[in-house]
Amino acid sequence: MLETKDILETINMIDNENLDVRTITMGISLLDCLDEDIDKACTKVYDKICRSAKDLVRTGEDIEKQYGIPIINKRISVTPIGMVAAPCQSKNAVKFAHTLDYAAKELGVNFIGGYSALVHKGFSSGDYAVIESIPQALSETDYVCSSVNIGSTKAGINMDAVRMMGKIVKNTAEVTADRNCIGAAKLVVFCNAPEDNPFMAGAFHGVGEADTVINVGVSGPGVVRAALAKDGAGKDITEIADMVKKTAFKITRMGQLVAKEASRRLCVPFGIVDLSLAPTPAVGDSVAYILEEMGLEKCGCHGTTAALALLNDAVKKGGVMASSHVGGLSGAFIPVSEDAGMIAAAQSGHLDITKLESMTAVCSVGLDMIVVPGDITAETISAIIADEAAIGMVNSKTTAVRLIPAIGRKAGDVLEFGGLLGSGPVMPVRLGSPEVFINRGGRIPAPIQALKN
Amino acid sequence: MRAIITVIGKDAVGILAKVSNACADANVNIVEVTQSVLQDMFAMIMLAEIGQSNVGFEQLRESLNKVGESTGTKIHLMHEDIFNSMHKI
Repeated sequence: MLETKDILETINMIDNENLDVRTITMGISLLDCLDEDIDKACTKVYDKICRSAKDLVRTGEDIEKQYGIPIINKRISVTPIGMVAAPCQSKNAVKFAHTLDYAAKELGVNFIGGYSALVHKGFSSGDYAVIESIPQALSETDYVCSSVNIGSTKAGINMDAVRMMGKIVKNTAEVTADRNCIGAAKLVVFCNAPEDNPFMAGAFHGVGEADTVINVGVSGPGVVRAALAKDGAGKDITEIADMVKKTAFKITRMGQLVAKEASRRLCVPFGIVDLSLAPTPAVGDSVAYILEEMGLEKCGCHGTTAALALLNDAVKKGGVMASSHVGGLSGAFIPVSEDAGMIAAAQSGHLDITKLESMTAVCSVGLDMIVVPGDITAETISAIIADEAAIGMVNSKTTAVRLIPAIGRKAGDVLEFGGLLGSGPVMPVRLGSPEVFINRGGRIPAPIQALKN
Repeated sequence: MRAIITVIGKDAVGILAKVSNACADANVNIVEVTQSVLQDMFAMIMLAEIGQSNVGFEQLRESLNKVGESTGTKIHLMHEDIFNSMHKI
């Protein structure tokens, strides 16, 4: 028989500490949908997605009801459209974005990711078409998410793509300026992008994956914070790390259960559980508050990077034994606008973009959901992307940039997105122009760490 | 298939009877019950066999929620697997 305290602990985690499964994401390969005729290709894409994921939302809801665990999102990731668009004679890639959006609406999923291009070493024709169409695609669709991989430890950093993405990010914000620049919140620029990530906006279905696959992303910063708040007083750091590990284990076990069950019911192979601590704007469900619970007066003060490194590592160690396959991004996310504690720290001046950059060297992703002034230049955005990619490249980790240039706003203003995306204070960026550096183009050679053979 | 029913709230007359009745109406067999009253807070945990239930999981949950509302308690119905996977290796 189960122990009373264990049962009450689980119920308390769900009721009061925002424990949930953040997403069940079905990865769908579109490699069998290629066609020279873009309209035929779009029809094949639509049919394949709707056929593969027809039961996804209903199954997610059934599992949610049966187990009593909230499953917040049901999502789809697809093969990067840059590859699907490659054989098409027409380069009007936006058609694919509309097709993905129609399919998402038909199926009732929350997001569909994969309007993506992998250009860490160079561009193919489909990649160009997709990247150039990103602003239009994200402005004209509701559910489509886009990502571009511009660097990797093995390949170095494609500085031509970095230069291009600065303009694309700015332009995407501009064309959606009337909707709080929401387009830029659906666009992420990666270095070392994982192929099995269930989280948006960066999810896509890698070419090494099975035809269809189920990946699950768990959440639970609120649970970790509550555990530290309850028993953490007076404990040393070793004990704190152990507490995080134990909590992460429990959270991940729940994700594993949901993933296995979804995989069984949908007859789709189980891919991975992503162990990420993904915050939401709900009070209490914050990674920043965990760091503050460890003893920092405010997230962003000196010591934050060390505390985050500890947290990120303990989450992985606790989670890895709880799941048979771990993948995706797996770590602590620090998306500023989606985290009540980060928002507060940014507003009070404790957290700025340079501190966030150093935090990204030890967290799971990168500069995420950071609102920057609307008059930022494309070159400065590119330079921020390059800095972040360099951290990822040299440390053999995933890094990403999701900046939202707040068109018409300046440092100190606030941009409201609502829902899971939250709201973000506009953060100032560093002075000085990187224009000449960025406009050189070319590639940053792969670092010596790439030569492991 | 087994489920865990938890009832938490302020102690009052007839909580156990009402929850048991709702289970009996649904042909749900209560396998095990633990109960504790701390000061005036009531916490009861039931292990129930719901495989032979004549209503669906969601319907059973709704009828238990109604009992919860009428007794001023919070009642959860959750599948046993969730607890086993979180608390047992």
